[in-house]
Amino acid sequence: MILFLEQLLNGLQFGVMLFLLAAGLTLIFGIMGVINLAHGSLYMIGAYAGTWVAAETGSFWLGIPAALAAAALTGFAIEALVIRRLYARDHLDQVLATFGLILIFNQGITLIFGRQPLFTKLPAAFDGSVEILPGLPYPTYRLLIIAAGLLVALGLYLLINRTRVGMLVRAGATNREMVRALGVDIRLLYTAVFGLGALLAGLAGIMAAPILAVQVGMGEQILLATFVVVVIGGVGSIRGAFVAGLLLGVADTLLRAFLPGLLRQLMTGPEADALGIGIASIGIYLLMVIVLLVRPKGLFAVGS
Amino acid sequence: MKKLLTAASLLALTSLPGFADPVKIGMITTLSGPPGYLGEQIRDGFMLAVEAEGGKLGGVPVEVVVEDDGLKPGNGLQIADKFMNEDGIKLITGIVFSNVAGATVPEIVDNDAIYISPNAAPSSLAGADCNPNYFVVSWQNDALHEASGVAAKKLGYKTAVALAPNYQAGKDAIAGFEREFGGQVTEIFTSLDQTDFAPEMAQIRAANPDVVFQFHPGGLGITFLKQYQQAGLLGQIPMVLSEPSLDGVILGAVGDAAIGIKGTTHWAADFDNAASQEMVAAWTAKYPDRPITTYAQQSYDTAKLIASAFAKTGGVDDMDALRAALKSADFTSTRGNFAFGVNQHPVQDWYLTEVVAGAGGKPEVKTLEKLRENVGDIYAAECKM
Repeated sequence: MILFLEQLLNGLQFGVMLFLLAAGLTLIFGIMGVINLAHGSLYMIGAYAGTWVAAETGSFWLGIPAALAAAALTGFAIEALVIRRLYARDHLDQVLATFGLILIFNQGITLIFGRQPLFTKLPAAFDGSVEILPGLPYPTYRLLIIAAGLLVALGLYLLINRTRVGMLVRAGATNREMVRALGVDIRLLYTAVFGLGALLAGLAGIMAAPILAVQVGMGEQILLATFVVVVIGGVGSIRGAFVAGLLLGVADTLLRAFLPGLLRQLMTGPEADALGIGIASIGIYLLMVIVLLVRPKGLFAVGS
Repeated sequence: MKKLLTAASLLALTSLPGFADPVKIGMITTLSGPPGYLGEQIRDGFMLAVEAEGGKLGGVPVEVVVEDDGLKPGNGLQIADKFMNEDGIKLITGIVFSNVAGATVPEIVDNDAIYISPNAAPSSLAGADCNPNYFVVSWQNDALHEASGVAAKKLGYKTAVALAPNYQAGKDAIAGFEREFGGQVTEIFTSLDQTDFAPEMAQIRAANPDVVFQFHPGGLGITFLKQYQQAGLLGQIPMVLSEPSLDGVILGAVGDAAIGIKGTTHWAADFDNAASQEMVAAWTAKYPDRPITTYAQQSYDTAKLIASAFAKTGGVDDMDALRAALKSADFTSTRGNFAFGVNQHPVQDWYLTEVVAGAGGKPEVKTLEKLRENVGDIYAAECKM
């Protein structure tokens, strides 16, 4: 039971990380109609910038604004220099251009930082674990990630549902042309949305930096799962990204943790392991297929 | 017209093996993505030996052509075909990962080119499918991890959790560890692109074994060790690791937390033989900011082996002579004892190491004692060559 709870927390923590990335991606895709494969690069840039500043200054907390600024500024630059030319083009051109950006960013980071992964220490205040239940110690830093993710979710909810900007964003996701026709400066809105998405990716990057290896290509590792979250949640829906992120995080973790063991009780030998790992690793994609069969536009489809 | 063509081609033929032309050596390795530093170590270790001779190996001028496989077996295969068919390369080396090797090596050796592995040595190529064109300078995958099994048994542990990614080298790793450990082992397979090991940490804590053995090369290993420490397991459940999970780069990234971890290796930077000291000094002079790892050492040895063969054959023109010269392994390895077994995989010694606080404030690997002497691998018996 305690093991199950611990795995549930692990799933939740993975889920909020997915949410932070998917929130930006779903907004960009939903509102601007752009497939941004380079979203993972923004995550990587956040992680590298934050880690570098943290290492130079000795303070993890100073790394956070650095990560946010670096990711957001890169986001603005990408939007102004590349993405802006792609709004009218079809998805294939966007995929090609943003894939090119991935290669450029990966090579750029390799040139600046080299191929060896970077390392940050955990902030001293969160360098331990707390006993949330008797016999269940859990790393404080991972609890911090969960809390930060939930806070961002709340903040985004308020921003999207309670402010004028949020109203424009929602309107943009539902019907882009109409928003433009009503005289809203859609270009400014696009830039703001892209910057916000980049900022969230940068936040995810610096949050992940102390627990993962900060390395070239780290963005692509998580990008695929992020796209699955966007598709399951419904393109353009923050709420969808939140629900789907948590769902996927928990499902993936629980499958990986328990399926091989369960199958081992039903079957014997290496087949159980092979099958268990196989199903666990395709678990999130299976989930996506099932959701798409029942709800082709995702759980929380925006517009019609 | 026909005569003219014949004359021209004859001319071309005679001018081809000109003495000034360097011998091309193809290097397929993983330079991009998270494990990119492994390929970088292999490339730079090889080049260190080439540059020490002023662009020659065994007195023969060489040109090393490097291509990145991106850890994709399909890429490896494509590059090998390009090397052999377009560039006319007869000698290839460099592959880091066993899944790339598994797809690429058979293609190379079947086309009568020679492949010399500086790292990956999957069991699938070591036994019945061994080949006269296939040499391994590093170790056979299983043997690498058998040493950890021997160490864990010697340290008195009875139960273990063994973790490795679900691919050929991972399976070889766990099989090798179990073979020599003899105790009760819980196997957990991870994946090569995994970034979060929290579920595995929970499973380890629940199983509460005497010792944890894990094989996670490159960035994976950094992530695993960091998360092991953050989960509060590092002081609680001891670890015994094979060398790829505890290389100099991983140590640098994990820092003091790694102190006390036991490892096993065929070579460490503190070896006091002259060949090793010469290599480490050259590396430190050239790359003061980058620790030298076993990947670079294996690749350096590979270059030295090629040099010893070239000194006898003068190049790749006589492939039979080259094979014989390589097989005799007539070079001074940085690891000390070295010979090829029947399947042309190394027969060598294995050592127990421990991570200690180093002089410069950074943790270092210290060699404690010799664990095994002159051992090959169990697949050699199945090789009929």
